[in-house]
Amino acid sequence: MVDYGIKIETNLKLDCEIAYFSKANFVIDSGYKFDDFKIAYKTFGKINNDKTNVIFICHALTGDQFVSGKNPLTNKDGWWDRMVGPNKPIDTNKYYVICSNVLGGCIGSTGPKEKNFITGKPFGTEFPSITIRDIVKAQKYLIDALKIDKIFAIIGGSMGAMQVLQWTIDYPEKLLNAIHIAGALKHSAQNIAFHEVGRQAIMNDQSWNKGNYYFENTKPERGLSVARMIAHITYLSDDAMHRKFGRKLQSRDIISFGFDADFQIESYLRYQGKSFVDRFDANSYLYLTRSMDYFDVVEKFKQLIEYPVTNNQHINYLIISFTSDWLFPTRENKQIVDILNYNTRKVSFTEIETDKGHDSFLLDEPEFDKTISGFLDSKYKKLIG
Amino acid sequence: MNTKSIRNDWQLIESLIQENAKVLDIGCGEGGLINQLESNIMADTRGIEIDPKLARKAIASGHNVVEGNAEKDLNQFSNQSFDYVILSQTLQAMIRPKEMLIELLRIGNKAIVSFPNFGHWKIRSQLMLKGKMPVTNNLPYSWYDTPNIHFFTIKDFQQLCKELNIIIEKSIGLTSAGKQFIIKENSFGINLYTSEAIFLLSYKKYEPIKIQATKKSFVNSSVVTS
Repeated sequence: MVDYGIKIETNLKLDCEIAYFSKANFVIDSGYKFDDFKIAYKTFGKINNDKTNVIFICHALTGDQFVSGKNPLTNKDGWWDRMVGPNKPIDTNKYYVICSNVLGGCIGSTGPKEKNFITGKPFGTEFPSITIRDIVKAQKYLIDALKIDKIFAIIGGSMGAMQVLQWTIDYPEKLLNAIHIAGALKHSAQNIAFHEVGRQAIMNDQSWNKGNYYFENTKPERGLSVARMIAHITYLSDDAMHRKFGRKLQSRDIISFGFDADFQIESYLRYQGKSFVDRFDANSYLYLTRSMDYFDVVEKFKQLIEYPVTNNQHINYLIISFTSDWLFPTRENKQIVDILNYNTRKVSFTEIETDKGHDSFLLDEPEFDKTISGFLDSKYKKLIG
Repeated sequence: MNTKSIRNDWQLIESLIQENAKVLDIGCGEGGLINQLESNIMADTRGIEIDPKLARKAIASGHNVVEGNAEKDLNQFSNQSFDYVILSQTLQAMIRPKEMLIELLRIGNKAIVSFPNFGHWKIRSQLMLKGKMPVTNNLPYSWYDTPNIHFFTIKDFQQLCKELNIIIEKSIGLTSAGKQFIIKENSFGINLYTSEAIFLLSYKKYEPIKIQATKKSFVNSSVVTS
């Protein structure tokens, strides 16, 4: 029995559920303790009687719980609507899909913009530094609150893939299958470098005001949008950018001899930056990029897999990478495969050929969809007989 | 339920493997053979396949298959981690077949290798009579687009095994009509009419020598034997 309080409420504005935990005594890696915290989540499909059809999806850095259907905040399709839904590759006629906003996020879960239950004011930079391990631990609280004993499959790309790995390390007994897309055992120096540039852009924006901007008229919009522009470049590839934009000019026939957005790529990036600030909190961006930077489970994972009597031998791993992904390249994904195969674990691996870069997992890639649905459906068939 | 073999060498390969064995299939394609071994003899299987499309088909039908190149990526498998390692119809396409053979028996306790016999009379006669590189049903490629870069005969293979101290536990031949028979070393004519051969290979197992410790010699030293 749990010795902390759980209360689940429907939030009409966010069109999702929020689980409130009280007296939880949730100690995170930095040593900080959350007594009260909340996790916003959304579910799709129906859970079956034996609770054997649960799929937990971990979102990426700027994702949210609106994996499928309409996102009520942007009025656009959910970030993986192409993949998740009735008769889609992750078929919600069959599976019960749960997606929660990460700890430190800004769409309803406890994070820097939410009220500190102790002071009654928004956390701002008083919010403790969090890790991927903390994010996963909070998700485990949610799974327990929903009284789910086994997760049929855990799936995530990018920062979501980091959470998948962390789940297999910390709570393997809860999992049957793990799909890891475009991730790595550690965040590379190059990736930390890009994150740092993004954070500097935010923190050098006057309106950031050391993180206390929630009661001001202005938000660090310029800083956050620059951070997003930089990050967005890393999600694409040279080839894809060339194919999509080339050197095409934006709404003009000749160059302006000025610093307007002459080129389509400039205008595209500015638009990406601008639309991002409407839906994301700058402090959350700082905290979540940091949690990725701190991620390094190389030794931990190796030890765990090599140890002969761990309770994660039953997990079927599927590792997927993309040829043009230079943020989490194939060789980094392959490292996981090598460790698993060296210890004769159950692992499948494929590299999808595409020029769409790191973001490929969000875009239309039929081969990728087929692999995921085939993997899930064949395992599910075996499970229910 | 008995899964029927699609290729005629698969049934033979299955007959060489014990139930519940741990099997690695190198060049597993879309997983046909491992599927057969899983359902017929409950083998615990893994596969590696160089063609991404075929690898994904295997994954999508529920098999543990990784995309990879057998000549570069076998180091991800550890020593003696499988009971059997299968290399079916691919040794002749390898850049370094000798090293491949050694690698198979590093990973597996036993190796099963099948290959087309270049010593078959049809092939010999084509080369002799036409003076051109042979093209047969079993080896349907022209010299310029064949994936098969190292041709060898049963005799060549037996010789290489000898050189590497590899023991041939069993060898089975198939004629082009699909008739099968046991290949005996130096049996006359076999190299002529075998179109396809399957070998079960291993290293000689040495029994550990037990030394009886006498108290006299060890009593004062720190060496402990059991």
